[in-house]
Amino acid sequence: MGSRFDIRRQTGFATIAMICFFALYLPIVTVVVYAFNAGSSIAIWEGVSLRWFYQAWNNNQVVDASIRSLQIASVAATVATIVATMAALATTRTKPYPGLGFKYAFINQPLMVPEIVTAVALLIFFSRIKIWTGYSGLGYLMAAHTAFCIPFAYLPIRARLENMDLTLEIAAADLYATPWKAFRRVTFPLLWPGILAGLMLAFVISLDDVVITEFVKSGGQDTLPTYMLGQFRRVITPEINAISTVFLLISILIVTVFFFISRKKDQE
Amino acid sequence: MASAEEVAKEAERRDIRDRWLLSAPALIIIFLAATGPLLIVVVYSFLTPGPYGDVVWKFSTDGWLSVVMQRDIFDDTLAFADAHLSIFWRSAKLSFMTTILTLLFGFPTAYFIATRPARQREIWLFLITIPFWTNLLIRTFAIQEVIRNEGIVNTVLIKLGIISQPIQMMFTDFALMVGMTYVYLPLMVLPLYASMEKIDFRLVEAGYDLYANRFQVLRRIIIPLVKPGIVAGSILVFIPALGAYVTPRVLGGSKNMMLGNLIELQFGQGRNWPLGSALSISLMAIVMVALLFYVRSAGRQGGTHG
Repeated sequence: MGSRFDIRRQTGFATIAMICFFALYLPIVTVVVYAFNAGSSIAIWEGVSLRWFYQAWNNNQVVDASIRSLQIASVAATVATIVATMAALATTRTKPYPGLGFKYAFINQPLMVPEIVTAVALLIFFSRIKIWTGYSGLGYLMAAHTAFCIPFAYLPIRARLENMDLTLEIAAADLYATPWKAFRRVTFPLLWPGILAGLMLAFVISLDDVVITEFVKSGGQDTLPTYMLGQFRRVITPEINAISTVFLLISILIVTVFFFISRKKDQE
Repeated sequence: MASAEEVAKEAERRDIRDRWLLSAPALIIIFLAATGPLLIVVVYSFLTPGPYGDVVWKFSTDGWLSVVMQRDIFDDTLAFADAHLSIFWRSAKLSFMTTILTLLFGFPTAYFIATRPARQREIWLFLITIPFWTNLLIRTFAIQEVIRNEGIVNTVLIKLGIISQPIQMMFTDFALMVGMTYVYLPLMVLPLYASMEKIDFRLVEAGYDLYANRFQVLRRIIIPLVKPGIVAGSILVFIPALGAYVTPRVLGGSKNMMLGNLIELQFGQGRNWPLGSALSISLMAIVMVALLFYVRSAGRQGGTHG
């Protein structure tokens, strides 16, 4: 044989990989393409048009649900990132101390329990509180989202902290910086990419949530995903495709930025 | 006079106290909006269902009994009923099949990515990451577009003259399996890739030097080396699949329920919150067993290599 024997090659693996990539993207591409359909079917192509984007934009329910989604995700991601940063600072760069393992387990707990179980638990708990307090605003959704966003914000921040050099902070302390000053001027600027990654991850996770939101929301509190889930029961028009396309675009944008931030971290 | 040792001890104690204060907000939020409510579910599973949902504060084991029994509406006797158990079994079976399918497709894909030149690897990995972070609902909707009666698969098959009637795929177990495999595939590929990235190909070379063929190299060298990734990926797929709610709701319809939909039913039309609570705890218990298995096997792996 003329060609060099490639020890890494496994017969058929490349073909299966290509099938997988094709299968992963074909459905998504279909959804995006039919968002531009001029006709009102999501199966028969009738030419290019932006009418469904226009219609979604003028649909009050869609706009309200989008605003609600963004409100919840902003609050949840911000709060989760702040408390996760504090927790990450408290659980890294130290020798093991009593309660450290407990903290790890506790912070990651929302990841261990199936979402449907957490959703049911929150439904029970919040319905009690709604009766006691009479309050039924967005606060419940924000609290629930904050809780399950914390582990997602925590992971990249902790990873960043663990790879960080302690020397600079020790130097700052040697130069009589107060702990707060050392944090603000040295630790925080170094930690910033991790915090940003955590924030974006938490934001996407909150924006995407269906199950917990579906169970916790009160009447008229649909977020974009629960609104879409409700629409699946009806006759689907390309309006859903248009909404999905915009949603997809936002997710891809955030993920791309996240991907490059966390890649850069690895190369440093 | 405090000795140096006492001063150090005092500083350490203060450090630990500060660390507790610093982590307190995260712990409190998680306790209030995740862990605490789970404990309430345990309490609710032992109460009596209220007439319009919710519960009456009266102790009862009926919630748990109805997981496997059914109370006769006429003479109030209990008899074994497998309606719920069969949904447990279906969920376990479908999740297991999904895990196997994602492994069959994910393994070669991860291997393909891991054996690309470094720069290309980034691109392929990015292509896996995008669906990973794309809304699950949108991906479920997307796969529905492909397999429903007027979807791409049926349209193409009819155009090619292979079939004359669309094949009914929606609302079947097949649809659920295809859908879940599609949705969870990236969850399998990413951990597999992480462990394949570290393969030392000198071992593979040694295998070939010893006259192993490609299949023997795969089975005796590569698979054992990436076993931690296989276990991690399988757990990451199996657990969310077992508790899946969105995918079976959209693709399975009302007949092909999974555990997640059965639980929802008890809090909706079923109006049996104690039963729903008991089912939730059962699901959580199965997940905990799976996680325990994972932790133990991960620990064993660490033991043999370290």
